[in-house]
Amino acid sequence: MLKGHQSWVFESKPVIIASAAVGGPFEGNGALSEDFDILHSDIWLGQDSFEKAERKLLEEACQKAIDKAGMKKEDIQFLLSGDLMNQITPSSFAARTLGMPYLGIFGACSSSMEGLALASLMIDSKFAKNALAAASSHNAAAEKQFRYPTEYGAQKPPTAQWTVTGAGAAVVAEEGDGPKVTRATIGRVVDMGISDPFNMGAAMAPAAVDTIEAHFRDFNIDPSYYDIIATGDLGAVGHRIAGDLLIEHGMKIPKKIFTDCGLLIYTEEQPTLAGASGCACSATVTYGHFMRRMKKGELKKILIVATGALLSPMSYQQKESIPCIAHAVAIEM
Amino acid sequence: MSRQKYKKATPTQQQYQIFAKDREPKRPVVSNCLKAFLVGGIICTIGQALQMMYIEYFNFDETNAGNPTVATLIIFSVLLTGFGVYDHIAQWAGAGTAVPITGFANTVTSASIEHRSEGYVLGVGGNMFKIAGPVIVYGVFSAFVVALIKIIIKELGGI
Repeated sequence: MLKGHQSWVFESKPVIIASAAVGGPFEGNGALSEDFDILHSDIWLGQDSFEKAERKLLEEACQKAIDKAGMKKEDIQFLLSGDLMNQITPSSFAARTLGMPYLGIFGACSSSMEGLALASLMIDSKFAKNALAAASSHNAAAEKQFRYPTEYGAQKPPTAQWTVTGAGAAVVAEEGDGPKVTRATIGRVVDMGISDPFNMGAAMAPAAVDTIEAHFRDFNIDPSYYDIIATGDLGAVGHRIAGDLLIEHGMKIPKKIFTDCGLLIYTEEQPTLAGASGCACSATVTYGHFMRRMKKGELKKILIVATGALLSPMSYQQKESIPCIAHAVAIEM
Repeated sequence: MSRQKYKKATPTQQQYQIFAKDREPKRPVVSNCLKAFLVGGIICTIGQALQMMYIEYFNFDETNAGNPTVATLIIFSVLLTGFGVYDHIAQWAGAGTAVPITGFANTVTSASIEHRSEGYVLGVGGNMFKIAGPVIVYGVFSAFVVALIKIIIKELGGI
């Protein structure tokens, strides 16, 4: 049901009955390695291209989530998936393998929560009994498409971020055991004129702030309602900007509940510069780390604000600025 | 950020960009310059040592010892790129590894390795000069312009 201007409240409370996170070697050495279901030591995953490796990651995450739900591929009614590659090939090719009715989505790194919000919408409106929401990214495949060849010796600025190699998937159903999706806020595209693809955090921060403000305005609740409010992949730079921007707009989010998936996934020692990014950043942290903590009872109510930079390699070469978006989804135990 | 960029932005955008700029870590320009000087200098010293070696032990003279020296540096750079080491050195060294001949070898090799998955023709062949190409184009063109200026000055009775 529509609430306020741009939010949905899911009255039937769709349940995340199972979720899975798959990661690569860098994630295995990271701070949340225990929260992954499958970790690979080889970024190629035995494939002959990075793009195929990303598809494999996505297929594995979907399969693992289905297995954990105690279901079969045939039981899943719809698949909603997105990633960063041109024409979202990893998602569509994984959907070919899985053979389910499929909707490809693109919201850059916000695809994870876009998928979860849409899956919940389908279930809440009784258009589906269950749906699988998934998202993936691959460090080398993203670097290859958006920046330079992986082995190219260019010095990255301290604002640059590290794309997560991984995939996350969640099975959402009408009923069952698990955390429930209660609300979602669909973001507007916000462009503050930042055009540096090595400074995504600063580009995406205003979109995150816009969506967070809209969420609390539409639902008329206090930020302290949630145990954790986590943005998707703002990194150290964007997180700081978003925090200060919220304060400037007169919104008080307690420091200890406001965090960013891009700051959680890796350790300080890893050379990630400003932190992590990519669809898999919010997807693996939410579906791996946060789901586990919710099941353990450490967290009761969380709000994930997945941020996405809607640029293309062509658009930044043509000196266009970077339009950004953020979608928020509330998950409660 | 250049003034032109600010001109195109709306007042709100300008305000935000200044707000964000204050909160971004700056590139450590001084230490980057020092590191670049150090690493670039080391590479050049190795080059000089190689050149002297070729003159001393391999019967080259000063005019043609440059060729085997350059070839040796290129081979080392290509190997380091292939083994996945070069980009890590470059993140530390910055312009130090980008400017000398090793940087050029790295651009060609890294692009070739990266696009191997698209095949030898469309992948390796088509993308090999993706980063190095512009350098060649504008390098050759500016050499042409400079040569033209030199000829004109000479014809006019200059130096």
